[in-house]
Amino acid sequence: MKTAVITFPGSNCDRDMRVAIAAVTGQPPQAVWHGETSLPDVDFIALPGGFSYGDYLRCGAIAARSPIIPALIAAARRGVPILGVCNGFQILTEIGLLPGALMRNAGLNFICRDVHVRVETSQSAFTQTYEKGSVIRLPVAHHDGNYIIAPDDLALLEDRDRIAFRYASAAGEIDAHHGINGSVGNIAGILNEDRTILGMMPHPERMIEPAHGGMDGRPLFEGVLGALANA
Amino acid sequence: MKARIHITLKSGVLDPQGKAVHHALDHLGFQGLKDVRQGKYIEIDLNETDRAKAMEQLDEMCKALLANLVIERYSIDLD
Repeated sequence: MKTAVITFPGSNCDRDMRVAIAAVTGQPPQAVWHGETSLPDVDFIALPGGFSYGDYLRCGAIAARSPIIPALIAAARRGVPILGVCNGFQILTEIGLLPGALMRNAGLNFICRDVHVRVETSQSAFTQTYEKGSVIRLPVAHHDGNYIIAPDDLALLEDRDRIAFRYASAAGEIDAHHGINGSVGNIAGILNEDRTILGMMPHPERMIEPAHGGMDGRPLFEGVLGALANA
Repeated sequence: MKARIHITLKSGVLDPQGKAVHHALDHLGFQGLKDVRQGKYIEIDLNETDRAKAMEQLDEMCKALLANLVIERYSIDLD
């Protein structure tokens, strides 16, 4: 299986992402530099976390106008699964491949700790390996994870079952207390209309082996990459 | 030709940074503040001498990169 991880100036989770993908596929992904204008023929693309361009202007704004982006949009239109984590999620919203925007955390603090998220749908290649309603533990490390979306668009996300993860208590309660960053509806991750693109603030690639203190992120990679292997 | 672009959050979009600034101003004893909103100010110097063309270019720049219209709005002033 061929996979790619796109690296931008200021990405800092690109290696973690490559290691996570290789752990599941047995093959190292291709590292693609943002300045390239074409993507290799791949079955899966990941946009890693980090602070591309130092978060100048807006998080992900400048990365979203990189030379590689037209090729990414073309791959998205062909239905190639795309995972954006943290800064990768911010970049996907800035491109417009996912709706809404990620703003400064409501409490203004940089949040770097493990959080619980509830899996809101198992109807996607990314989340099929989780039971709907199950609670998993993943790390977050962000300053701008406060998800905002217009009310009409939020209703559309909810109607179409496109919310993948919400911040929750360990028992799965969704309330403001467990919202961590001010995101509307505690949203931590969303899918596009075709369910081929997932953007999420928590880092599944940092929870894939016992040494990470948990393996709750591994099923996500097994799900999406396993679905491709069986396709 | 010089342009000054102001980018601000749309009304209705919560502004955590503006709130923090508001809080700090209150703390310093400045009274009677109703609201504080934080935004961005960008100066652009253009070669273009035709105002209408410059305005058109600047409008495109705002839409393409400078503002995120999901959460922000912009205004352009030309010298």
